[in-house]
Amino acid sequence: MGYVAVKGGKDAIENAERYLDFQRLKGDSPDISTGQISDQLYLAVDRIMGEGSLYAPDLAALAFKQAAGDTFEASFILRAYRTTKPRMGYSMPCDTKKMRIIRRISSAFKDIPGGQILGPTPDYTLKLLNFDLIDMGCKKRKAALKALLKGVKKRGSSGEIGELPKVIDMLRKEGLVVENKKDNKEEPFDVTRESPVFPASRSASLQTMARGETGGLLLLAYSNIRGYGDIHPALGELRVGYMPVMISHPLTGKPYEIGRVKITEAEIIARFNTEGEKPKFSIGYGVCFGHNEVKAISMAILDRSMANSGSKHASEDQEFVLSHIDGIESMGFSVHWKLPHYVTFQSDLDRLRKAQEVSDEKE
Amino acid sequence: MKKNKRAEKNSGQNRYNFAFLDENAKREIRRKTLKAIAIPGYQVPFGSREMPIARGWGTGGLQVTLSVIGKKDVLKVIDQGSDDSVNAVNIKRFIKKVTDVEITNDSLRATLIQTRHRIPEIPLTQEQIIIFQVPFPEPLRTVEPSEAETRRMHAEADYSRMWLYLYEDIVKCGEISIGARYPVYVNNRYIMDPSPIPRWDIEKLDNSECLNLFCAGREKRIYAIPPHTSVKPLEFEDFKFRVENFEGKKCEICGCESSFLDEVMDGSTGARRYFCSDSDYCEKQTARKGNKQ
Repeated sequence: MGYVAVKGGKDAIENAERYLDFQRLKGDSPDISTGQISDQLYLAVDRIMGEGSLYAPDLAALAFKQAAGDTFEASFILRAYRTTKPRMGYSMPCDTKKMRIIRRISSAFKDIPGGQILGPTPDYTLKLLNFDLIDMGCKKRKAALKALLKGVKKRGSSGEIGELPKVIDMLRKEGLVVENKKDNKEEPFDVTRESPVFPASRSASLQTMARGETGGLLLLAYSNIRGYGDIHPALGELRVGYMPVMISHPLTGKPYEIGRVKITEAEIIARFNTEGEKPKFSIGYGVCFGHNEVKAISMAILDRSMANSGSKHASEDQEFVLSHIDGIESMGFSVHWKLPHYVTFQSDLDRLRKAQEVSDEKE
Repeated sequence: MKKNKRAEKNSGQNRYNFAFLDENAKREIRRKTLKAIAIPGYQVPFGSREMPIARGWGTGGLQVTLSVIGKKDVLKVIDQGSDDSVNAVNIKRFIKKVTDVEITNDSLRATLIQTRHRIPEIPLTQEQIIIFQVPFPEPLRTVEPSEAETRRMHAEADYSRMWLYLYEDIVKCGEISIGARYPVYVNNRYIMDPSPIPRWDIEKLDNSECLNLFCAGREKRIYAIPPHTSVKPLEFEDFKFRVENFEGKKCEICGCESSFLDEVMDGSTGARRYFCSDSDYCEKQTARKGNKQ
């Protein structure tokens, strides 16, 4: 009988899970350790930490392994873990001048204090397959590393440079930049504890983007710079490095470093005209966990584009942008149509038949 | 022995709090739920948590269930009226894992019922809470995409565009074409989305004995219909609200002619067949019939 199709759900789910595990386990290749993932597929780990909004490289690597390389699913697993953790406190505000830099460039100026530092970037690497990497093996890998480091003087544990001044500050000193309204006294909004209402505060907006899906942010930012919008950004500064995270010591109240997180920060500069005032530049700001330049730059563009008054385009409409960039939400809902909908469909069918009847009567 | 117990406590699923959510999260959700009960039909924003099931798959209902559930509760979960539908089974599997409460299919024995798209046919009592999974909490979304704007419309009870929408629908289709998710007036104040239940179930919300809680996890909204609250579908004096028509049809299993039916196409004959959508109700009817015979 047709009806039994919806029964036996428990067995079906369990068998589906077993089949899924089988897909990951089959084949003769050696098992990947999470350590290998966080070492060698670190950009995926960074992306998952950002979108899962939890800085935990080991857990992100585990999620990536468990999700068989699906970054949506992996970020989702990580976030579902994060949600079970009680909020113990907040860090002190971070000053990114204190960042331990591994990469830092400005495309707005030829030379900047401290210099342009390319750091680890694939920007100028030709996109050619490197066949040497097939089955490289431990031995060859170690030899390659040794060859790579020959004659290189080591600076710090991660090859960091140390603190460097901010490019934007130079413009600021000359009075070329619109100062954002300082709402420092206000406690930042916490999007994980409260539901933002629109118009959302800038802190809510930046948080939502920082945990947004890279592709989602990219799409909207691209639409703006391509023509559905007109902010014409210049990249004031892009920096990648390790940010010390400080908390106020619960007993003494003194700042105390609890660790460092790898972050990417982007500041874009765009022309800003306010009526009756001197034309000035304004800044769009983006920051995210890990090394993810596409995300930080897209976020900075959107931060700036949403500041445009009288939104004409999708990327300028704060509610539109913030409601659609979360990967976990948008993915979940877009695939929920796989769930049975036969009651609602029955209801629609009833309406359609009735409407057809009415239309027949007319004829 | 003691050591084993501790080891057990620190291993696997036991590392999660009772009912998964941490106590602060539960407290917040309960507070927001109380606010929702105090203002029937009003959507209360809340800090929706990520759940280990996907957004859009019942995370709202799940959060409310987990924040109100106690060890003595008896839980029923249905999806499309069925206790055995894959998603209902999956949600039960999860709640059982993190609470170990008793699970039932019996609509009368359950103290908590989490549901997607149906209300049981048997009238619920004041001892029960029914929790609806909600995909779209905003009934005005059909006429206005902006949240800032719909909040204003609710605040001012500015519902003219919704009425106009229904009117235009009648002009264009000769019928109101809304199938499920039929908008209702709650307590003569707020227009509310009753979640995608069929129109058939709308009257069960009116002056109900039980507490009705609604939660959308992705859209981060909780709303409620307390017991004995007026719930009226939107209708015109000269164009009345109508429920799904099952005239001349009955369930092939229990023979019931007065329940919401699922229509099933028979693959081999191509014939249309009908069965009760509420599986527990159907089983009870069948058992009663068996006893009589």
